[in-house]
Amino acid sequence: MISVNLSAIFYLVSGVLFILALRGLSSPETSRQGNFFGIMGMIIAITVTFLSIGNFSIGFIYVLIFLLIGGLIGAFIAYKIPMTAMPELVAGFHSLVGLAAVFVAISAFLNPEAFNLGTSGNIKLGSLIEMSIGAAVGAITFSGSIIAFLKLQGIMSGSPITFKGQHPLNALILIAIVILTYLLCSTQSSNLFWILLVTSFLIGFLLIIPIGGADMPVVISMLNSYSGWAAAGIGFTLENTALIITGALVGSSGAILSYIMCKGMNRSFFNVILGGFGATEQSANLSSKEQRPVKSGNAEDAAFLMKNASSVIIVPGYGMAVAQAQHALREMVDTLKKNDIKVSYAIHPVAGRMPGHMNVLLAEANVPYDEVFELEEINNDFANADVAFVIGANDVTNPVAKTDPQSPIYGMPVLDVEKCKSVLFVKRSLSPGYAGIDNDLFYKENTLMLFADAKKMTEDITKNI
Amino acid sequence: MEIDPFIFRLSIFILSIFIGYYVVWSVTPSLHTPLMSVTNAISSVIIVGAIIAALAGNSDSVFNTSSIFGFLAISLAAINIFGGFLVTQRMLAMYKKKKKGK
Repeated sequence: MISVNLSAIFYLVSGVLFILALRGLSSPETSRQGNFFGIMGMIIAITVTFLSIGNFSIGFIYVLIFLLIGGLIGAFIAYKIPMTAMPELVAGFHSLVGLAAVFVAISAFLNPEAFNLGTSGNIKLGSLIEMSIGAAVGAITFSGSIIAFLKLQGIMSGSPITFKGQHPLNALILIAIVILTYLLCSTQSSNLFWILLVTSFLIGFLLIIPIGGADMPVVISMLNSYSGWAAAGIGFTLENTALIITGALVGSSGAILSYIMCKGMNRSFFNVILGGFGATEQSANLSSKEQRPVKSGNAEDAAFLMKNASSVIIVPGYGMAVAQAQHALREMVDTLKKNDIKVSYAIHPVAGRMPGHMNVLLAEANVPYDEVFELEEINNDFANADVAFVIGANDVTNPVAKTDPQSPIYGMPVLDVEKCKSVLFVKRSLSPGYAGIDNDLFYKENTLMLFADAKKMTEDITKNI
Repeated sequence: MEIDPFIFRLSIFILSIFIGYYVVWSVTPSLHTPLMSVTNAISSVIIVGAIIAALAGNSDSVFNTSSIFGFLAISLAAINIFGGFLVTQRMLAMYKKKKKGK
């Protein structure tokens, strides 16, 4: 058994290690060390908890067993998961943090003596408020992440699910949660605690269903943030510094990522959260557009264009992830490089289904990270490049965002692909992107459409170079 | 008059938000996915609460309603801790610089 003060200091140390873990991610060189700091912080926190309880009886053995079961499942998932499924994995993990927070809150509510929070039915007011907030946010994180997971997995349709009176209903439930929390704190009734949990699960579910698949980068970041706030809420209840620090770090991290993603789409956070984007414009747009001619080509044409280029910029998008084309793409680039062609990659902030999604896939395919550039870094280079190779991206290249104030994506930062001498567009069909907007780029003089599966087309091009 | 310990915790919380703000802005965009998986792993330090909850039962009855929730939370958090750190490590190992060993 170690003293309360000593364990508090160790919790502080583990909090500091978590800060260093995030700090390490400022560059790929220091990132591995950062992850090591994170692991150390976790080991310290867990060990100190055991020592401060000082109860190494039969219960301790069971704790280790449950820890081991979870650990084995986690390790198994971590080794098996394909990199393209990273968004689903992260959404799934968020739901677990949320549920764990709910369980800890339930346990603390049922047995407050164990946490020094007063007695059952007479819990300290401050603790009860913190506990309710932690539990409610945890529950929202859980059910919201489950929906996000199902949408990303394709088990549930990625298109927004909207119904009449959705927003008033959500607002009503949110108000109900606040009132329930207030009543719970004044009456200590356990029935109210359960009702609060159920309503929170419900609102998490309702908040995410109207949000479309392509807005998932914002949703995942937001749920990341929520899982942090839930942890912080529980941290206040347990008076644990490590949890409070971590909760605050994760909460602000998720919030910043949501902000970056919203900015990448030029949309306000509320616009994304209210959802339904792309559900209405689609039909209107399709009917009003007349048939316009497009130039389509095959792998040989594409190979010819690239062989004669001196610099090529690759623009990957979600379609590359779906087709698992990253390895084929790297092979194509290797062949190009052998022919002394300069190749770089341009990544739009919202390419893919989560922040940094494309970067991970390219890294998996052994693309060196110093060939991969963000939008601001590379956008001026398009004018000097010979070929832009757009693979699985669409809306993020649409020049309409710069020219047509009527367009729903007007003002969104886009990659200036049209400035290239020629544009190669790998796509399955002419169908518009998630925003339901026709891409002017398809009809440009210097655009060659390559209608095929991204992976197959890339492989064919490689053969022809 | 003594300051309520809650105020101290609140101070830590607020300052940590600021630290988080500056540290996360300095994370390079290409590492945003590992950032999410590692924040996932560290937020599972909630396992500390789960352990306290699980060990709250007395020695003759390890499992009661309250402690069972603790045990379940331990497993959930452990999935996240192991899964989160390991998948982050796996991802970070893939980030390489140009032309090494070529």
